[in-house]
Amino acid sequence: MALLAAAILAASVAACGSSSSSTTTSGASDNLIQSNPDNGNVTVTVGSKNFTEEYILGQIYAQALKAAGYNVKTKLNLGSETIALKAIKDGEISGYPEYTSTALGSFFQVPANKIPSDVTQAYDMAKSDLAKEGLVAYPPTPFADANAVGTLTSTANKLGLKDISDLKGKSQDLTLAGSPECRARIDCLAGLEKNYGLQFKKFTPVDIGLRYTVLDKGDADLSILFTSDAMLANSNKYTILNDDKGLIPAGNVIFIASKKVADQAGPDFGATIEKVQQNLTLPVIQELNSRVDIDKQEPAAVAHEYLKSSGYVQ
Amino acid sequence: MLPVAFLHSFVGAFDFILHQREAVTGGGVQVGGPAYVWHFARTQLEVSAVALAGAMAVGLPAGLVLGHLGRGEFFAVGFGNAGRAVPEIAVIFLLAAIIGIGLGNVAIALGILGLPPILTNTFVAVRQVDRTAIEAAEGMGMRAAGVIARIELPLAAPTIMSGIRTAAINIFATATVASFVGLSTLGDLVTGRNVYGDDGVVAGAIAIALLAMCIELVLAGVQALVTPRGLKLQRARQGA
Repeated sequence: MALLAAAILAASVAACGSSSSSTTTSGASDNLIQSNPDNGNVTVTVGSKNFTEEYILGQIYAQALKAAGYNVKTKLNLGSETIALKAIKDGEISGYPEYTSTALGSFFQVPANKIPSDVTQAYDMAKSDLAKEGLVAYPPTPFADANAVGTLTSTANKLGLKDISDLKGKSQDLTLAGSPECRARIDCLAGLEKNYGLQFKKFTPVDIGLRYTVLDKGDADLSILFTSDAMLANSNKYTILNDDKGLIPAGNVIFIASKKVADQAGPDFGATIEKVQQNLTLPVIQELNSRVDIDKQEPAAVAHEYLKSSGYVQ
Repeated sequence: MLPVAFLHSFVGAFDFILHQREAVTGGGVQVGGPAYVWHFARTQLEVSAVALAGAMAVGLPAGLVLGHLGRGEFFAVGFGNAGRAVPEIAVIFLLAAIIGIGLGNVAIALGILGLPPILTNTFVAVRQVDRTAIEAAEGMGMRAAGVIARIELPLAAPTIMSGIRTAAINIFATATVASFVGLSTLGDLVTGRNVYGDDGVVAGAIAIALLAMCIELVLAGVQALVTPRGLKLQRARQGA
């Protein structure tokens, strides 16, 4: 099982590894993170919020920085973004991975309909807002963990659904499930009604832990899923509808650090962070999440496998 | 300082109940106002009523019969006490995986919550009915069904009603969590700080508390109505 998963990961990494045009073996050596002895004097503390994807990302960055020669500590169970941000400002952690949409919405109260769904625009916006707070935002990951309208593939095929717009004229017979707050969110039900002009037969509030259960049990035709969900890894059971009107804010991850720490840590700090996330495409993060959520492996081990199979560490 | 902040959040919460406003997440989405809050409150009242009816349909007959026979004390009281320890959220999520989400799930889970006080109170109330009244009835040739319906039930009614009151309040307050399994109750507001803000959260809590008090008042009135005149006189005499 683990071997199979590793093979799939290696295949998807190789397929996505466009940074190297040579063969996979030499590509791996290009990726290798070089340890710089000067970094040994610098201690950095990598933080993360308290759910699977954040644990994995925290481990990836922490292990990569360690490979670059830094003295690395971790605090990978910080709770909400408000706590994490305070931890950076208090100097408790050096930095942590955050979603662009969350950073803009939660830290800077940008209304959900004003957060770009384009990743570059969203990153630029977050970067300049964070700079005013004395924080550095490193470039975003290739993958985005965003909300998405999902359905069973069988339902999508039957109704001919590919884009969210395809729901027009059909949604009045369909039930949509989402978290209770989806109802009033402009990037969720309220936006689907307003921007896409959809009316659903019913909106069913559910705990996010039930987002796949409602589809499986037939309690809802559509459900708000997250694009990087473990359940979507290597499976065609569910289909994500394409957000063709750009309603949903960009959910790519940016590593946020305090400028003071980043300056002290030198250029290897940012370079390592940018390098190590290059292979984090959507299929890869789905696979990593599924190894933790479904195969019950440890985030640290999963992160190490990722670093190794991508050639970042030996 | 604290009382000021406290007062402030109350003012904001009542404003949320009385007037529409834009959601915290923006985009011109209107939330709040009496109709908006009532929509959630009504769902919560409806599902609570269904659950309470279910708990009564099971608990009353079982308690009456067991109490009349004087059997199953271990079951009626022991089960009742054990039932109070069942974690409601766990039941709801377990049922979600088995029968799915929605009214059926929540009504069963809340019914299980409401059953113990009704069953236990009914059993105990019937056991405590004055034996001489029952013996007098039997001496006059009354059959078991008659004794239950015309002697034990009326004399046990006040205690049974207080069990129903406890069940109703427990059920209604807990129905808040139905927001996680398909029903839009006031839990939507209580857990929706991101969209409704602190005002919405406190508004939801206030609405739940006010409605619980209304339920308590109405059922206390019903309890007074179902208490036989003889019992009232007896109590008045004992009190004097």
